Amino acid sequence: MRLKLVARLSRGGPQSIVRLTKGTPLTRQAITKHLHVLAGAGLVRGTRRGRESRWELEPQRLDVAYRYLDLISKRWDVALRRLRTLVEE
Amino acid sequence: MPTTVTDRIEKKILLHAPRSRVWRAITDSKEFGTWFQSVFTDPFRPGGRIKGRITYPGYEHLTMEIVIERMEPERLFSLRWHPYAVDPNADYSKEPTTLVEFTLEEVKDGTLLKVVESGFEGIPIARRAEALKSNEGGWTQQMTNIEDYLRRNP
Repeated sequence: MRLKLVARLSRGGPQSIVRLTKGTPLTRQAITKHLHVLAGAGLVRGTRRGRESRWELEPQRLDVAYRYLDLISKRWDVALRRLRTLVEE
Repeated sequence: MPTTVTDRIEKKILLHAPRSRVWRAITDSKEFGTWFQSVFTDPFRPGGRIKGRITYPGYEHLTMEIVIERMEPERLFSLRWHPYAVDPNADYSKEPTTLVEFTLEEVKDGTLLKVVESGFEGIPIARRAEALKSNEGGWTQQMTNIEDYLRRNP
């Protein structure tokens, strides 16, 4: 269920508990509990807006994920350039 | 975890060389080592678990282990490894690996090589942050952010 919540937040962007609960067999309380566990793991965060909380993926986590991929990607570029030199010489 | 944009890397490169030449360069462990900057003593074979010593400047104290999955002559070569395993004191063996797939296709001017590495979402986020941290230069601006991040998510 927690993975499903992360997937929904990743697809749908920041959203309220009401929207996150829709289409699941769980109560709002149960969803809230899961969200707090995810928040404890640094994956999501909730911000209060008026009377309702909006939940979103922790942006820094995504930032790390993107920049890590970029780093690995650059490594491949360098390695593949070297491969090109080897096979084309 | 669903496949997301942060799970995989795809590369395509046109090499002006025959397919047999490219195949040898990626499946002969000695040749692989020359462009990947590692020294492998054993030949690659399906199912083989092969150790290599990294020769990439600054990382020479590290060894790597790769597991060869498939070798379909001149078509597909795949392996698994622990990406960016840069902490010599860490035991990566229990952590998920990424899958690297090399696909070769004959085209008019040579060989089209496709490289797909996938499974990054299985790599603990702290490991990914660590890789960024150890990558010297360029990240100074972001360094504090990552350190803060690691402090909050040990």
